[in-house]
Order: sequence, then structure tokens, then C-alpha cells
Amino acid sequence: MTTVDERPAGFENNDHKPVGHGRMLRKEDPRFIRGKGRYVDDVQLPGMLHCAILRSPVAHARIVSIDTTAAEAHPKVKAVVTGAALTELGLAWMPTLSGDVQAVLATDKVRFQGQEVAFVVAEDRYAARDALELIDVEYDVLDPVIDVRRALEPGAPVIRDDLDGKTDNHIFDWETGDEAATEAVFASADVVVSEDIVYPRVHPAPMETCGCVADYDRIDGRLTLWSTSQAPHAHRTLYAIVAGLPEHKIRVISPDIGGGFGGKVPIYPGYVCAIVGSIVTGKPVKWMEDRSENLTSTGFARDYIMRGEIAATRDGKILAVRTNVLADHGAFNGVAAPVKYPAGFFGVFTGSYDLQAAHCKMTAVYTNKAPGGVAYACSFRITEAVYLIERIVDCLAYELQMDPVELRIKNFIQPDQFPYRTKTGWLYDSGDYEPTMRKALEIAGYDELRREQAERRACGELMGIGVSFFTEAVGAGPRKDMDILGLGMADGCELRVHPTGKAVVRLSVQTQGQGHETTFAQIVAEEIGIPPADIDVVHGDTDQTPFGLGTYGSRSTPVSGAAAALVARKVRDKARLIASAMLEVSVADLEWQKGAFHVKGDPAKSVTIQEIAMRAHGAGDLPEGVEGGLEAQICYNPENLTYPHGAYICVVDIDPGTAQVKVRRFVAVDDCGTRINPMIIEGQVHRGLTDGVGMALMEMIAFDEDGNCLGGSLMDYLIPTALEVPDWETGFTVTPSPHHPIGAKGVGESATVGSPPAIVNAVVDALKPFGIRHADMPLTPSRVWDAMRGVPRPPV
Amino acid sequence: MQVPAPVEYERATSVEHAIGLLERLGGSARLVAGGHSLLPMMKLRLAGPEYLIDINDLHGELGYVDVGAAEVRIGAMARHRELLESDPLAEVFPIFRDAERVIADPVVRNRGTLGGSLCQADPSEDLSAVCTTLGASCVIRGGAGERVVTMEEFHRGPYETAVGDAEMLVEIRIPVRPGGSSAYEKVERRAGDWAIVSAGAAVWLDGGVIADARVGLAAVGPNTTGLPAVSAALRGREPSEELYERAGVLAAESCSPVTDMRGSADYKRHLAKELTKRALRRSVERV
Ligand SMILES: Cc1cc2nc3c(=O)[nH]c(=O)nc-3n(C[C@H](O)[C@H](O)[C@H](O)COP(=O)(O)OP(=O)(O)OC[C@H]3O[C@@H](n4cnc5c(N)ncnc54)[C@H](O)[C@@H]3O)c2cc1C
Repeated sequence: MTTVDERPAGFENNDHKPVGHGRMLRKEDPRFIRGKGRYVDDVQLPGMLHCAILRSPVAHARIVSIDTTAAEAHPKVKAVVTGAALTELGLAWMPTLSGDVQAVLATDKVRFQGQEVAFVVAEDRYAARDALELIDVEYDVLDPVIDVRRALEPGAPVIRDDLDGKTDNHIFDWETGDEAATEAVFASADVVVSEDIVYPRVHPAPMETCGCVADYDRIDGRLTLWSTSQAPHAHRTLYAIVAGLPEHKIRVISPDIGGGFGGKVPIYPGYVCAIVGSIVTGKPVKWMEDRSENLTSTGFARDYIMRGEIAATRDGKILAVRTNVLADHGAFNGVAAPVKYPAGFFGVFTGSYDLQAAHCKMTAVYTNKAPGGVAYACSFRITEAVYLIERIVDCLAYELQMDPVELRIKNFIQPDQFPYRTKTGWLYDSGDYEPTMRKALEIAGYDELRREQAERRACGELMGIGVSFFTEAVGAGPRKDMDILGLGMADGCELRVHPTGKAVVRLSVQTQGQGHETTFAQIVAEEIGIPPADIDVVHGDTDQTPFGLGTYGSRSTPVSGAAAALVARKVRDKARLIASAMLEVSVADLEWQKGAFHVKGDPAKSVTIQEIAMRAHGAGDLPEGVEGGLEAQICYNPENLTYPHGAYICVVDIDPGTAQVKVRRFVAVDDCGTRINPMIIEGQVHRGLTDGVGMALMEMIAFDEDGNCLGGSLMDYLIPTALEVPDWETGFTVTPSPHHPIGAKGVGESATVGSPPAIVNAVVDALKPFGIRHADMPLTPSRVWDAMRGVPRPPV
Repeated sequence: MQVPAPVEYERATSVEHAIGLLERLGGSARLVAGGHSLLPMMKLRLAGPEYLIDINDLHGELGYVDVGAAEVRIGAMARHRELLESDPLAEVFPIFRDAERVIADPVVRNRGTLGGSLCQADPSEDLSAVCTTLGASCVIRGGAGERVVTMEEFHRGPYETAVGDAEMLVEIRIPVRPGGSSAYEKVERRAGDWAIVSAGAAVWLDGGVIADARVGLAAVGPNTTGLPAVSAALRGREPSEELYERAGVLAAESCSPVTDMRGSADYKRHLAKELTKRALRRSVERV
């Protein structure tokens, strides 16, 4: 891998661990590399039983009858539970994260292929699965709604007849921006370009599928749940609400997680089934879904059909953007987003440009497909928003015959305009876009690439250069605006320094591979000067950590990272009082140098944080009003989101004979403000870029007209390998967030958000000789070939 | 984890033992070689044999790659990796190495076998296309002895072969002729994926003229397809771009692809043409 900043000597051995921010190897890696990670499926409890779920083979049908007699007779089966049984317990339906309800087990109808119909608890995983085949379900098959464009047609089958008075498949209409002002700008603009743009349904496809072990103790009424959760605290509160169990009797443990990408934010029926299974049998019950179940039933992402329109002057000043979106939410509205944001943060579709007006109108509908609309590293729908604006800006460049870089630079929000209020109401905290763009151009050798392209074009070769520039909105969020089912999106954090100067920091967020055990130790280290190796990071267990809303939407560093820095400063403030007593000078005469206080003008007179820790717990006197111990706790409520940005350049070559796309180079320059551990940031960026190649070139959850999911295995739902991606070339600029205590912005999803448009723009650029202005993802060879022949088809 | 239904398991110690078990257990038994096709189907519960007869211990007996002057003989248990790495094989039939480089991934290639590949009879299977291209014959053994069939006779339809319930494929034989070479071209959506289309070609030159040529395609019909019309059009002609073009057009005309997630039928037909041209061109360059 190529990277622009240099690795300090000795890095490989981790000898030069920074006391604070800087490049160091991850503290958690030894256990992962040696196979000692502990995932949910590694949890084994005495007497544990296994749960398997019977799923609907069809997309839409009325359940006529379910016969479980044969399954119950299986010698290893302990319980068979259907929707009817759950109805008696009041658990057949559960709330989704967006105010809808979802069936735990179908009672009346099945509404998508793969929907949960019944479950079996048996002595082992094999017997549980075998017994599913002994359950006899009679279905009365109904016409499904598969084509989202037809979901609102009069006479379309009504999917959600469980909802009182529901006579259509409409979920919500949502609007942002100023329609009239936008129309006025469009009406008088020199140039208007519009394009139909589809962001197909994709799946987070984490390596570890979803699952849990539920252990209900009948004697003291306590439920312990090991589960694949990105948000253990939020889940605990929801279980208390759904299952009626008292919250203090529920403990959710989210151990090592094998990737989440948003797919482990929702509560899935399987978790509830395992809990019910444990309550019914009095034994611990494990449920681990298999790969097909994961791909066909857990939260999908995207599935937006967008009409984008852009208005500009002839010389390339962008005036306004508007869009009309049709959103496919599947059979239940399970979108995971703050309550007031039914379309997530799609409102940032105005991008990085200074506009006069903007408007968006969206309609969301039900279809007979799996529910979800979860993150998938999308920062709450910003992936769709950035794709829309960055694609439509390229369409404008095409029409104006302008270089796409020049067009972007000409329209950037200027540094002195920050904080910048967008036409859809978002307050961008900070940004300095042009240097980031210029840095990407420099690494890529942009002018040289354009020269090479001209030469290659002259000999019939297809080379494309694609550019994207994104602004993200991450770190949800200020509790006055943002909550999930009434839970404010603020995060707690606790820090305790032990007598010998070692420390433990307790977080509410939960890592799924992002390196929290290292990053958060470094954040604390930077503030109190205790080396990261001496700081234990505890997370993922509701009994051991303070309340907070979890890890998704790139919120861990912007929210919990701020909490960790502030709680460390609180501890430092207390340490200062103790130091003043130890050094017998006033607080004002003390100076802090990472790790120690010394007397101003006399550096020899100093006490280290470790000495202070011992004193705080020691037998000697402490200053007036200072309690013993050295610890603090905090709940951080972010003032605003943070707005990272980045400039991406992709170079592709297309084989004119076979239409295969090869990503030759990819340059990513990210600005996520203060960089805590550059290596971890690069790792996050590499992951997201790989995601981008997947979505742009191969990934799609497709359905046939009967609603059969065509992406039910990793042989059908392709994700990229090392052979499809180039050596990533990364660089950075640093524009700190003004309101974040250490100036950091989130970076977990930047590359997933920013890379698809760069790749698609590159492919479309390569196809310019064919007069192509747009082609939809996924750009498989077959679909690129269609585009080359002038018949680019929407994927759905 | 996807879990298969209950199954009985036995390891065969010789070909006779394996055939004896098949005779005794009948249609409810299946041989398992590398297991890379059969086990995934069992986990998805698309296949549910009652008995598995593991023939991996027969690798010593059937794992050979013998390159003779007049004939190449390959045992059914030769693994993808062994075919990939055999220099003598690449010398006479470079098409094998071309194909093996793009079949699946190293993990699958370490276990998957030639016999399993042919017997799976997946229409997209690459080694079947290779064997079709080279005019291979298949040696099938049963309780009553051996019989030899051509590739055309061997494949009877998707996932269907001439191998009977109590028989097994033991060997592939390929005639070696002078003045020849071969090549394989595949387009896939992603490394390790099955072919959208692949084409194999073999040509034999005599004094600058094509003495014989064969083309085999995968993923564009019920089985990997041999194309006699293409052979007829090439024989006796001097190799040229126009000739390859003509052969490509014939290949596209004589296949029957269907639209699926891998690509549209039109695109596949286009690829049949394009890849036939490329494979022929490369074969001729290699002679
Ligand atoms: C991820 C993945 C990707 C793949 N990609 C490709 C690809 O790109 N191209 C490609 O061509 N293949 C591909 N394959 C298939 C792979 O090559 C298989 O290994 C091969 O098709 C089957 O060989 P096997 O030895 O594993 O057979 P098995 O799975 O053991 O057996 C397959 C079938 O053949 C029967 N059988 C096996 N040996 C004999 C015998 N000697 N006589 C009679 N019957 C027998 C079995 O009973 C079974 O029905 C892929 C497989 C996987 C898992």
C-alpha cells in the first residue's frame, strides 16, 4: 500500500508507541491474529440448546395452517413455537426502529421471502435444522409487489393489511429545502440537466452473521444476552420495552463482533425467538443465522430510485439541485435513523457546493422484500446523497464539456463561509475543500492521466478517470434533534485511574473491528499522559459500561471520542488540584506537560500522573474539598454533527471486447480533522474503498418477479476480493472540527460514501466515446456492454 | 453455519471397494471427491444423499497426470492444483494451465478434482470445456469392467452424465497430435466466480494451414458445448483475423445462452464470439 505520510522507524515492532495520538499497532490484534477472539458463536454454556428458524419460501402469502406435530415428535426437539404461540405471549409483533411494527413470527401473512414463520429449539444445531423440515405450513399464495415503481398503483396488492385502515403501500412522504425558490432558479437557469439514477439494494454482508445466546434465569428473572449488536445499551432498553422485562434484569453483552456495517443495529426477530426459547425451556438458547438467512432476511441498504436535476449557468456556476426519490423500504419500515429523519441524513445531497436553492421530495413505500434500510456504512443515507450529487455534477460537466475537477472547484463552498448553512438546513462545521482536491490531483498526476487518456482514446482504448468530492455529516447527534425511539443520541464515558497509574476507560460504543481498544486508549493517553498500553478499554457489556447509543453512522469518535477526551480532562483537572498540594504551589502556578505537572519556570519540580494517582488513593491528606480516588464520568451531548470531507480519484480501464472494468488506480485524500491513529484511519479507508468497488461493480440484492431473492449466497451476491482492488493510494489534509474537543471527525464510512461515485464516474468517463452520460450500478461486464451499445438499463 | 441433513459416511480404500459400496447402497449413495461441489449442495439441502463414499484415499491410485507421446492420461482424482502446476501438461496442452488459473481460488483448487468437475456436469464448468475442446474421452468403471465414452456422450444435460449409479469415472484420455497448441479465455464477474462465458480453443497446423481446430464453450448451453461447425470452417484454411472473426460468429450462432444474474443472453452470445476469436488467436500464436 502506498501512503503519503511516512511511517516512523520501529513502527513494525510497536516500540515507539505514542503516548497519545499517532501511529501504533492495534492493541486488539494479537488476539484476532492468533484466533483468540471471542465471538457470539464461541459462547458455550452448560445445557445450551439451539434455535433454528423456519422461513417463508414465498414473498407474499396468507398462512392457512401450520402443523408442528411431526417436528415436536423429533427426539431432540425441546420446543416448537409459531406466531400463534407468540400472540398469546404478546410477542408476535415488535416495534421497528422507525415507529413501524414488524412480525417476530408471521401470524396472518408472510410478506417477504425469508420471513420468520416458526422456530425450533433442539439439543443441537443439526437437529434443530432437521426439525424445520418436519413443520408443515400451508400457504395461500398472493400476488407480490416487487417492482417499487408499481407499489402505489391503484389495485396493487396491499402488503400491510395488518395496519388499521391501510389501503395502499404508502409509508411516508418527506420533503426538505424550498420548492418554490428552487423552481424559480431552475426556471431561469441557462442549463438544466436531469438524470434518473438508481442506487440498487445492497447488503452489508459482514463476515460474521447475526446471532445470540439468550440465557434466562427463571429464579431471579435475569436475562443475559450475548448478541451481535452494534448498540448494546439501546438494545437493552428496547428489550425491556418489547418483552416487558425490567431493564435492570437485562444484561446485553456484545463480545467481539465480526463486522457490522450497520447490519447489526436493528433488533431482528431471531434475537427475540432465542429469548422466548430460553424463557420457554429454562435453558440457554443459541441462535446463529446462516449465510443465506443473513443475506435474505437481515437489513439491506440503499434501494433508492432517484431523479436528479441540476441547474447552472453556461460557464459552470451551479445554482440549484433538486431530486425526487422513490424509496423501497421492504415489507416493514425498519430504517435505523434518528426519529425526526425518516430519510436519514439524505438532506445533505447538496454536497460540497455553494448553492442558491435546493429541494428534495421523497416517497417511501412497502414492497414484498426484506425490511431494513439500515446503515451499511452509509452515515444514514449519505451514501445515496453523495452518489446523487456527485453523479449529477458529472452529468453537468458532460453537458458543459467542462473538466469535472474544474467544475467542482469552481463551486466549492469557500473556507471563509464556514460554518456554512446549506439550503436544506445543515450546518457544516468546517472545511477547506480546494487543498484536499489539489492534493488528490497531485498524487494522481491528474494532468498526465488526462494526456494518457487522450492518447489511448486515439487508439480505441477505453480509459476512464473519475472524480468525486464528498462532504459527510456524522456523529449523531445533538439530543435536541436526534433520538432513536426516544433515546437521545448522547454517550456516557467513565475513566478510572488505579493507584499505580494504570487506567480503565468504559465506553458505551461497541467496536465491530474499528480498533476502539486502541483509538480510545490513545485519546485518553493524549489527555492524561498515561501510555495507551496502560489503559484498558471496556466496552460492549451493559453491566460494565455507561449508557450510550452505540456504534454506527461513524459516530464513535465524534461522540464517544469527545466523551473520552472530556472525561480524561476532568480527571486531569482533579489531578491538578492534587498536584498543587503535592508540590505546594497554587494551581495557577502549575504547568501540564503530557504525563506530569511541574511548577512554572522550574521543570525539575514535578509530579507524574502516576504519582498523583497513588496520592489520590493514599493515606495522606488531600486538598480541601477533594475526594479520594481519581476517576470521573461524563455524558457528552454533541453540539453539532461533524462534517468530514474528501477527494477521490479513480482510474479504470475497460476491455473494449469484453466490457470488463479493471480499477487501475484509486487515490483517496480524506480530511477527518484531527487524526488519532493514522494507521487505523487508513484501515477504515481501505475497507470503505473496497466496499465501493463492490457496490459500483458487482453487488446487488436482486429479485425475480415472484419475489425470490437472487442474492442468497456469496456465490450469487458477489463481494470483491483482493484481485478486484488496486493498491490504494491514500493521503490526507487536516481541518479540525471546531466544536469537537480534539477536533476529530468520524471516518468510518467516508470511503464507502465517497468511492462509488468516483468509480462510476470513471467508468462513464471511459465510455464517453460511446456518448454515454450515465449508467447505473452495478457495472458488471454485461451491463457495461449494454451501455456501450447505447442501451444502459436500470438494474431494477 | 449451514448444516446438512444426517448422512452415513464411509472411506473407500480402492476403486473396487468404492464400486462395491455403490452397488450395495444404490442410488442413495454418492461419491465425494474434493467435495467442493457436493458439500455446498448438501449444506444448502439441495442434495441429500443417505451415504457418502469418500474416495480421497484413492488419490494415490487415481491422482496421476501421465503425459505420453501419443496420449495424455489423467486420473479422476488429480486435483485442480496438480493440473495447474504440471509443467509437462502445460507443455502439450497450455489450455489446462490457462483454465486452472481462473478456476475458483487456491482453497478450492487444493481439493477439487478433475473427476468431480466433470461428474458435476455444471454447464459453466471450466474443465469440461477444456476436455471438450481437446476431444477427450472418459473412462468409466463399474462392476462389469470399463467403458470409454466421448465428452459428447459423457454429458447428457445439466448435472447429468453417462456415469451409472454403481459406476465411477476413473480416467480422462486426450490424444496428442503434432503441430498443435491450445488456449482458454474466461470472463467472470469477479475472481473465483463461475464463468459468464468461457471458450477453449485447440489448433493443429500443418505447413501454415490449419489441419484441425476445435472450440469448446462453457456457460452458454445445457452442457459445455463442442462446435463441429467451427472446426469445419477452420480446417484447411490459413489462420487470419478474418478467419477468427468467422469462427467467432459461428460460435455465437451455435450456442444457446440464457439471461441470468451473470449477464444477458445477448452479452453472452457476444462473449462467445469474442472469446472464441481470442482463444483461437492465442492458440495459433503458441504453436
Ligand atoms: C467457491 C467455488 C468456486 C468455484 N469456481 C469454479 C470455477 O470458476 N470454475 C469451475 O469449473 N469450477 C468451479 N468450482 C467448482 C470446483 O472446481 C469443484 O471442486 C469441482 O467442480 C468439483 O470437484 P470436486 O472434486 O470437489 O467434486 P465433488 O464435490 O466431490 O463431487 C461433485 C460430484 O461429482 C461426483 N463425483 C466426484 N468424483 C467422481 C468420480 N470419480 N466418479 C463419479 N462421480 C464422481 C460426486 O458424487 C458429486 O456428485 C468452484 C467451487 C467453489 C466452491
